[in-house]
Formats: sequence, C-alpha cells, structure tokens
Amino acid sequence: MTHALRYVSLLAIAAVAANSQQQDFDKVQIHVEPVQHNIYMLVGAGGNTTVQVGSEGVLLVDTQFAPLAPKIMAEIRKLSPGPLRYIINTHLHPDHVGGNAAIAKLAAPDPALPLKIIAHENVLNRLTAPGQARFPEEGLPIDEYATPLKNLHFNGEAIVIYHEPNAHTDGDSVVLFRGSDVISTGDIFTPGGYPYIDIANGGSVQGEILALNHILQMTVPAKTQEGGTYIIPGHGRICDDADIVEFRDMVVIVRDRVRDLIKKGKTLAEVQSAKPTRDYDTEYVSKTSFVTADRFVEAVYKSLSPSDGTGRPSR
Amino acid sequence: MIRFFALALLASATAFAQVDFSGGWSPLYHEDLPDRIPGPELGDYLGLPLNDAARLRADSYDADRISVVPEYECRPHSSDYSMRGLANMRVDAIRDPVTQRVIAFHTRMNFQEMERTIWLDGRPHPSEYAPHTWAGFSTGTWNDNVLDIYTTHLKESYLKRNGVPRSDKASFTEHWVRHGNYLTVATLVTDPVFLTEPLVRTQTWIFDPSQVIGRDICETAAEVPKAADYVPNHLPGTNPFLHEVADWYGLPYEATRGGAETLYPEYRKTMAKPEHPRDRCERYCSCGAEGFVCLDPTAPPPGKKP
Repeated sequence: MTHALRYVSLLAIAAVAANSQQQDFDKVQIHVEPVQHNIYMLVGAGGNTTVQVGSEGVLLVDTQFAPLAPKIMAEIRKLSPGPLRYIINTHLHPDHVGGNAAIAKLAAPDPALPLKIIAHENVLNRLTAPGQARFPEEGLPIDEYATPLKNLHFNGEAIVIYHEPNAHTDGDSVVLFRGSDVISTGDIFTPGGYPYIDIANGGSVQGEILALNHILQMTVPAKTQEGGTYIIPGHGRICDDADIVEFRDMVVIVRDRVRDLIKKGKTLAEVQSAKPTRDYDTEYVSKTSFVTADRFVEAVYKSLSPSDGTGRPSR
Repeated sequence: MIRFFALALLASATAFAQVDFSGGWSPLYHEDLPDRIPGPELGDYLGLPLNDAARLRADSYDADRISVVPEYECRPHSSDYSMRGLANMRVDAIRDPVTQRVIAFHTRMNFQEMERTIWLDGRPHPSEYAPHTWAGFSTGTWNDNVLDIYTTHLKESYLKRNGVPRSDKASFTEHWVRHGNYLTVATLVTDPVFLTEPLVRTQTWIFDPSQVIGRDICETAAEVPKAADYVPNHLPGTNPFLHEVADWYGLPYEATRGGAETLYPEYRKTMAKPEHPRDRCERYCSCGAEGFVCLDPTAPPPGKKP
C-alpha cells in the first residue's frame, strides 16, 4: 500500500469513527428483533449485530461501538446464558468492530471454550497497519481467513462465511446461517441508505454489484417472492430477496448513468452536477445520512475511471 | 324475558363487527378499465401527485425488467394496488375460537395468490425493524359501519404498472363501505418519498358468492439470457415512449407528466393545448362498453364501423 493510499484509507476509517463520536451512547437503547429460528438482530448505534444462540453458546456478527458493550451483553444474556464462542466481523469499520474487545472482556470466556474473532485477513491487515490508531489487541480478529470462504458448524447448523472481494471494502464477509436461512451482509447492503463504497479501503462499485448478486443467489424467497431467506443488513430493518433486488437495481442503474456520463468525457464535478441519483435521493438520503448523493456518485465515478489527476477520467 | 333477549341482541350487535365482508367479490372497473385491465400506458402519470424523483424513476423504467430479471416474475401487487388490480377477491372472517368475535378479515386474490390479514383486535404494528411485505401490516377499526384500515410495513412497489414507484416508507388508509351487494373501497396512499400529497383512489366491488378462486402458482424461470449486472432501464432523457400517451389520446404532453395540479378539475382551464388533438377516440375505444374487453386497443367503439 502506498503512503498516499494508506493515508486516504485511514481518513475513511476516521470519517466513520468521527460520525460515531457525535452520538450520545448513554441515550442509545438496544432493540432486539427476532429474525428466524435462533437468530436475532440487535439494533443500537452503528451497524446491526447478529446473534445466534443455541446449546453450544453464542455467536455474534459485528459488535457496534465499545461504549455499547454492556448494553449489548445484557440483551444477549436475556437470550442465552451460554458462552460467547465466536465474533465474526463483516469488515473493518469502527461501527462494526468497535465493541470487539469490550464484549470479549465482558463475556469472560472459559479457557476451555475460547472466544474466536473471525474476519477476512484484509480486515486484520488494515486494523494493524502502520499509522493506524491502536486497535485493542484482545479485539483483533486473529482467527482470520484468506480463502474465498470459511465454514463453521455451531449450534446445530452450518455457517458459511464468504469473502466478497472489493465490494464495500476489500475485506467484506457475508455470513450465511444455512439452517436458520438467514444472511448477515454487513455494509454491502444498507436499505434506506446508499452503500458506502470505501474506495480507500479497497471497495468498488463493480465488486459491490457482484456481492449483491451473490447474496441474491443465496436467498430463496418463499411464496410470492417474499420471506424465505431473511437478510440482516449492515444498517436498517430486516429484509428479504425483494429488498435486495431493489437495492441492487438502484446500484446498477446509477452505475449505468455514471458510466454513460464518463463515456461522454464528463469530469467528476460535471457528473455530480448532472445529479444522476436525483430520483433515488428522496429514498436513500436523509439529514443524518453518512453517504450523501455526491459521496456515492464520487465512489461510483472513481470505481469506473481511476483519475489521471486532471479531473477527467483516464482513457 | 322478551325484553332480556332484546337487550342481549343489542349488546351483541355492538360488540361484534358491524358489517360482514365475508364471501366472494368481483371488481367493477367502470371508467378505469383501460388503466386496470390492459394496464396503464407508458408515460401516463396524469392525475398522480408525483414529485420529480418519482417522475424520473418512472421515465427510467423499462418493462423488460419483468421478463429479464427473474426476481420480478412472481411478484404480486402490493396491497394498496391489489385492490384495483385485475383479480377477484375472497374475504374470510377470522374468529377468536373462545369469544367467536371477528378478530380479523383475511383476503385472498387470485392473482399470484396474494393474501392479506386485516387485524381488528387492537394489536400494535410491528417495530420499524421488522420485515416489510407486499401485504404490509393492516389494522382496522370500526367507524359506524365503515371499516377504517391503516397499513404500514409495505415493500417497495408501484402506484401504476407503468413504473410509477411507491416506496417502502409509504403507508395507506382505506375505508371499506358495504351497500348491500356493493363494496366501495377508498384508498389514500401517503408516500414521503414520491408523493407531494396523498393519492386518493376508489374501487367498487360486487358480491359474487358463486365465484371460485383457484390456484395461481408461479415459479420463476430465467428464460432470457442476460449478464448478472444488467438491469433494463432507460438512461435519463432517452426513453422513446414517453410521448405516446399524449399523442394517442390528444393530450398536452405536460399534463401526462402528472403532479398534484393535474389532480384537480381546475387544471383543465390552464393546461396547454395538445400537440396532436384528436377528434375521435382511436385507442381502447370499446373498453368496458357493452361488455367489450380491451384486447384490441385500436378497435372502434361498439356500433361504429372501423
């Protein structure tokens, strides 16, 4: 990684962290939403947390922010008294990994039943990169994987962790609970908000579309194209196949529009000025949105046309 | 003793549902027949209080999406649109097994076997994080003999089948009124994403106890090869079909673009002259007249030679 890229990457992470610092965590309540079978979604601040409970203990996907750890653990204990055995991180952003260490400490794992923190190796590499603010060691995903997928079997069901290359970041994992028929997507899928395609940390719009299509391949809707496989998104409500389709279509259509403008030789500023997302902004942008329309368009533009520094797409 | 039974009957009449909607119902299309049976023309947004976002979203819509993207093939209408879609309906009253009170009405349409429950037992709507469905979550309350229904948790869908969108942040209110064998349903859709004011539509149904609603089983099939990252759409400013409706019906193009002002009769006083005025009907002229259906859009009105 070049110094410049590393700097931009750190800025991107800092932007997510700065967004979190504006929140008053004392006021945050953890909402527990049952999903399907033994899977629950915990909503607080930052990304959603998935909880799988069963006879072997507890598995989490993402941990929100450290100050919320006591509240999150209190809700988990209402669901299960069992040992916390796994944390899976979908990517490196602080609103998804920030609670790792604090939750690990509160869970007080039995040495005979150690807690494993799993993520793609790119997450570990970026969290420990030189210049990166020190990440608590006990929260690092040192059970990293570097393969296209990783399998577990826990609480009576197969759990498959898929690496989705260069989508939201370069370290995205999607977690399929095969028995419960539930998928945790991380920030690849954020209904109600544009995806944060974190170019500095290896994201791209084409990878985003490929990842959304892969999630769609794994979802099997029930009657009338709804229900069946349920989706826990990075942020927002519980979804299913039809919701992913709407989101995927939005990303593809915006990609098509930006690509058309790039072919016409438009600069980033000209593309943003053309407002290629203006029919989606009322749906995907709110006053509190982290990803504005301009930020989304910029990410799509840069994904499609690495600039040569002139402000115009390189040919 | 007689007085006792009379009082008991009165008490039970107020405690239970005031009107029974159970049974089979057939839609009456009236003047909406061309819009509801063959379906709306592309680019026809007249009378819809759309904002600019909705207009561009509809302009970008390419109907190939239904055939090319398998996930669209088996979708039913959402519950706001299904009340004016082309399907018969059966309504069943759901009773509490202990009290025998009607706690819900359950509806089933024959198109895509769309089902919906309207709860009358006072239960709350789900949390904001619960899944959304085509039917949404509906609760009803009685206002004299009118059933007022409020529906939330809708999936993103359409206000018309020509791509005019309705978001998953929308909600709608209905008023079901039964007059003998006729049922009038008024639907008021509110959508902060795509509408500048509520969209109000009414539909009429006739009691049809002899109808049989069969199965309508749909399975998706990828019959048209396509790249995984291809979603049919028109780039802004490139949809070639948007002027058709104005030309076919002799309307000013601006009127077909919709907007709240086109809802009201006063709009006719200020709207522009059509570019291609028509002196006679040339499309869907026989729809609904004397039992004619709308299979041939160019068929002349009944009794007129082509």
